[in-house]
Amino acid sequence: MMTIDTLDLARQQLLTPAGLGEDDLNRTLACLLGHAIDSGDLYFQARRAESWSLEDQQVKSASHAIQQGVGVRAVSGEKTGFAYSDEIQMPALLEAATAARAIARHGGDGPLQSWRPIQRPALYPPLDPLLTLSAEAKLRLLEAVDAEARRQDARVNQVMVSLAAAQDTILVASSDGTLAGDVRPLVRLSVTVIVEQNGRREQGSAGGGGRVGYDWFLAEERAVGYAREAVRLALVNLDAVPAPAGAMTVVLGPGWPGILLHEAIGHGLEGDFNRKGTSAFAGRVGERVASPLCTVVDDGTLAERRGSLNIDDEGTPTQCTTLIEGGVLKGYLQDKLNARLMNTAPTGNGRRESYAHLPLPRMTNTYMLPGAHDPGEIIASVERGLYAVNFGGGQVDITSGKFVFSASEAYLIENGRITRPVRGATLIGNGPDVLTKVSMVGNDLQLDAGVGTCGKDGQSVPVGVGQPTLKIETLTVGGTQA
Amino acid sequence: MNVPAASSAATSPLPMTESLERSATMPLPAREQLETLVADILAEARAQGASAAEAAVSFGSALSVAVRLGEVETLEHHRRRGLAVTVYFGQSRGSASTADWRQAAIRDTVASACAIARHTAADPYAGLADPERLAREIPDLDLYHPWALSAEEAIELARECEAAALAMDPRIRNSEGGGVATHAGFGLYGNSHGFCGGYPTTRHSLSCSVIAQDNGEMQRNHWYSVARDRVGLEAPIAVGQKAAQRSLRRLGSRRLGTRQVPVLFAPELARGLIGHFIAAIRGGALYRKASFLLDRLGTPVFPEFVAIRERPHLLGALASAPFDSEGVATADRHLVEGGVLQGYVLDSYSARRLGMTTTGNAGGTHNLIVEPSGPFGHEALLQQLDTGLWVTELLGHGVDTVTGDYSRGASGFWVEKGEIQFPVHEITIAGNLKEMFTGIRALGSDVDKRGGIHCGSLLLERMTVAGE
Repeated sequence: MMTIDTLDLARQQLLTPAGLGEDDLNRTLACLLGHAIDSGDLYFQARRAESWSLEDQQVKSASHAIQQGVGVRAVSGEKTGFAYSDEIQMPALLEAATAARAIARHGGDGPLQSWRPIQRPALYPPLDPLLTLSAEAKLRLLEAVDAEARRQDARVNQVMVSLAAAQDTILVASSDGTLAGDVRPLVRLSVTVIVEQNGRREQGSAGGGGRVGYDWFLAEERAVGYAREAVRLALVNLDAVPAPAGAMTVVLGPGWPGILLHEAIGHGLEGDFNRKGTSAFAGRVGERVASPLCTVVDDGTLAERRGSLNIDDEGTPTQCTTLIEGGVLKGYLQDKLNARLMNTAPTGNGRRESYAHLPLPRMTNTYMLPGAHDPGEIIASVERGLYAVNFGGGQVDITSGKFVFSASEAYLIENGRITRPVRGATLIGNGPDVLTKVSMVGNDLQLDAGVGTCGKDGQSVPVGVGQPTLKIETLTVGGTQA
Repeated sequence: MNVPAASSAATSPLPMTESLERSATMPLPAREQLETLVADILAEARAQGASAAEAAVSFGSALSVAVRLGEVETLEHHRRRGLAVTVYFGQSRGSASTADWRQAAIRDTVASACAIARHTAADPYAGLADPERLAREIPDLDLYHPWALSAEEAIELARECEAAALAMDPRIRNSEGGGVATHAGFGLYGNSHGFCGGYPTTRHSLSCSVIAQDNGEMQRNHWYSVARDRVGLEAPIAVGQKAAQRSLRRLGSRRLGTRQVPVLFAPELARGLIGHFIAAIRGGALYRKASFLLDRLGTPVFPEFVAIRERPHLLGALASAPFDSEGVATADRHLVEGGVLQGYVLDSYSARRLGMTTTGNAGGTHNLIVEPSGPFGHEALLQQLDTGLWVTELLGHGVDTVTGDYSRGASGFWVEKGEIQFPVHEITIAGNLKEMFTGIRALGSDVDKRGGIHCGSLLLERMTVAGE
C-alpha cells in the first residue's frame, strides 16, 4: 500500500489556484452554520475525462471534458439545503452557502470542530490516467482490440471499441472537522461485436477497467482478452434457442452475476431506505434473510477496483461492511446523515455523482464470500435448470423487494450437464427471500472485470460486484417457451 | 443496476444563487451574451486552424424541493453552464467540453478538440450539416414560461401533493415524498456555415410517491405531472391522489402461472414500446446493422391501422424543437402510415453513411404522435383484452435492439372477461419486438403526453408470461 498525501495534492489542485486556504473554508462553514444549521460541508471537485471510440476499424471520434465546482450542503435535522457553483472562488462559495442555509428556520447551532485531517494508505495511485499513454499508443490499443476481434472468426462484421478515462480530484471540508482529499483515476475499455450467420445477427460485449492507468490494459493480455470474450459471447448466441419460461433451478456463474446481490440485497440495505422504512429489509437486522451458506459484504477497500475509494464523498474512510453473515442480516450501508438519524456510525458509503449532486448511501464493491463446493459439482447436482453466466443490467423495487437481472449468456442444464445455449432472458425474484433458496455456494469467488455503473435518484456511480458459483433452488426465468 | 427514482419527473441540470425569499430560477443570460460566446468559440477554432467547427452553449437554472411526511427533506438550487465544441480538419474531427466560459477556457477547450482531431482518422461522412438543410426561420414554439415560484411556495405545493396522498386511505402510512421542480434554460447552437440559433425553455413538474401497507405487505407507486407552462400541470391534489390510488391497487399482489396471453400496456409503458421501435430505425443502429428492422423501409412493420407522425412544431409540447442539434430545420412528417415504415430517424452523419438525407433528428425525435386506432378509453380496451394481463409497471432493461428479443419484469392486473380480478407481480413478459409490433390489436385514445412520444394504451395479441 502506498502512503501519499492526497489531501495535499487536492489542496494544490482545488484551493491554491483560487487563492483559498483553510481559513476560507472555515469562514464559509461558519457562514453556513451561523443560521441555526446542525452541520454542513463543502465538496470541491475537478474532473478531467476523455473517451476515444473506434468503428469501421478506425478511430474517428473522441472527446475531452473538464468539469469543476464546489457543492455546499447544510443539514438541519432531517432537512438538507444544497447549492453549488461551477466557479471555485470565495464570493461564489459564500453565495452558495447563503442559498444552502436557507433550509433552516430554527434548530440548534451546530458547533464548528477544528480540522481533523483524514489520512489512510492509498488503495490506488493518484495518477492522471489520461497521461498514461500517448495519443498514438491509445489508437494502437484500440486498433489492436479491433484486429483481435476480427481475427477470431470470419462471422464478425462489426467491431466497436471504446476507451475512456477520468481523473477526479476531490476535497471535503465539513463542520465536524473532517478535512480530506482524494485523487481518483478510473479507466474503462469496452468492446461490442456483431456477428452474422445466414442472416441471423447477434451481438456480444465485454470489457473491464479499474482505478489504474491505461497501461493496465496492456498487461496480461487484458484488452485483447475482452475482444476474444466479446466474440465468444456473440457466437454462443448465434446458436441459442429460445429460453424457457417459468420457475426452475438456476445456477449463476462466478463474477459479474453478482449483480444479483447488488439488486436483490444491496439497494435494500442502503441506509436512507431503511431509515425511512421504505425498504423490504427495514427493521430486519438480526433476522435470517439468507441460507446459512451466505455471507455478503460491501468492501470499498479493495486495491485498484472500480468500486473502491480511499474515502467516500463525505471524507469517511471506506471499509468492509458485513451485510449478511451466515444468512443473518447484520447491517446497513450508511452515509453521515442517515447514520446520525439511525444512531449508528457511517460506513464510508456516502457517495455522489459530482459536486452538483447530494451524497446518498451507495454501494462500493458488493460480493458474496466463497463456499465449499466445486462448481462442477454444483452443475452436476441439477437435473433440469438454467446456467446463467453473463448479464446485462438489473433493477429493483426496494419497497416490494422485486428485482430483475437480464442474462446475456445462459445455457440449459439437463441431467447434470450443460447442454444448449438459450437466448437472453430476464430473471425475476424477491430480494428478501431469494438468498434463502441458495442451496450450494462454490469455492470460486470472482469479482467482475470492472465495468459496473449503478444509478439511483438520477445519480450514476462506478461500482463492483462479485460472487462464487451459486445454486438457487428456484427462480423465475422469463423466456418465451412456456 | 438501477433504482427507480422516487420522482421520475426529470429535473435537468441547474442553479444556485437564490435564497428562500427570491424567485425560483435565476434570470437567464442575455441572448447576445450567448451569441458572442458561440462566435468567440468558432473564431478561436478558425484561429487554431480548423476548417470547420460547431459549438453549443447552454445555461440552466432550477429549484427543486422534496417534502416527506409533511417536512422539508431537501431544497436544492441548481445552476449549470456548459460549452461544447467540435472542430474539423478536413474530414478529421475532435470534440471537447467545459463548464468554464472564460476566454482562457475557450482557448484550452478548442485546443483539446484540435489535439484530438490531429489523431482521429479522416471520415468521409463527417462534417457539419449541409447548409441548405439548416433552419432559416426559427418559429417561436411557446416553450418558455418561467414560474416565479418561491422556495416557500414550492414547499407548500409539495406538501399539498403529499398530504392528498396520505389522506386517501389509512393504508397509506409511509411516503417517499412529494416533489416540485422548476427549470429554466437557454441553449444556443452555431456553426461555421453561419448558422446560429437558440431559444429559452422551461419545464416544471410535480411528483408524489407513497407506500401502501397491509398485512405486512408494502407496495410503492408514484405519479407525476410535467409541463412547459405551470398552467399545464395537474393540480397537486390530483397528483397525490393518483399516486395513492396506484399504490393501493397493488396491495394483495399475487404471482401468475406461466402462460401465453394477450397483454394490454398502460400508456406510459406503451410509449416505451414505441421507443424501442425508434431505437431500431435510428441511423446509428441501421448503418451498424445493429437493428431488427434492417431494410424495412416501405414495408409493413405494424398492422394497417397504425400511423405514427412526427410533429416537431407543436406549441408548448415537451419535445418540440424548431431545429435539431446540428441546426437542421425540423418538419412534420409521417414515420409510419398504414402500418408501413415511411422513414428513418437520421442525423447528417448516419444519413450520409446510408446514402440518404438527414431527417432532422440529430439529438432525437420531436413529438411522435401515435394515432389511436379508435375512440378506445381504458375501459373499452379492458373489454377488448377480455382475458389476459394488463401491465402497469415494467422492471429492468431486457431489450435487445439487434435481435428484437424482449424480456422484462412486470406487474399489473389479471383480467377476465374485461373485469380486473387481482393485482399481479414478480412475473416476466417476453416476446420478440418484430412479432409484438405486428401483433398490435388496438391503440387507445387515452394518450399520455408527458414525454416526447404521445401514445395511448396498447393491446398486444400475445406474449409469454413467466411466473410460478
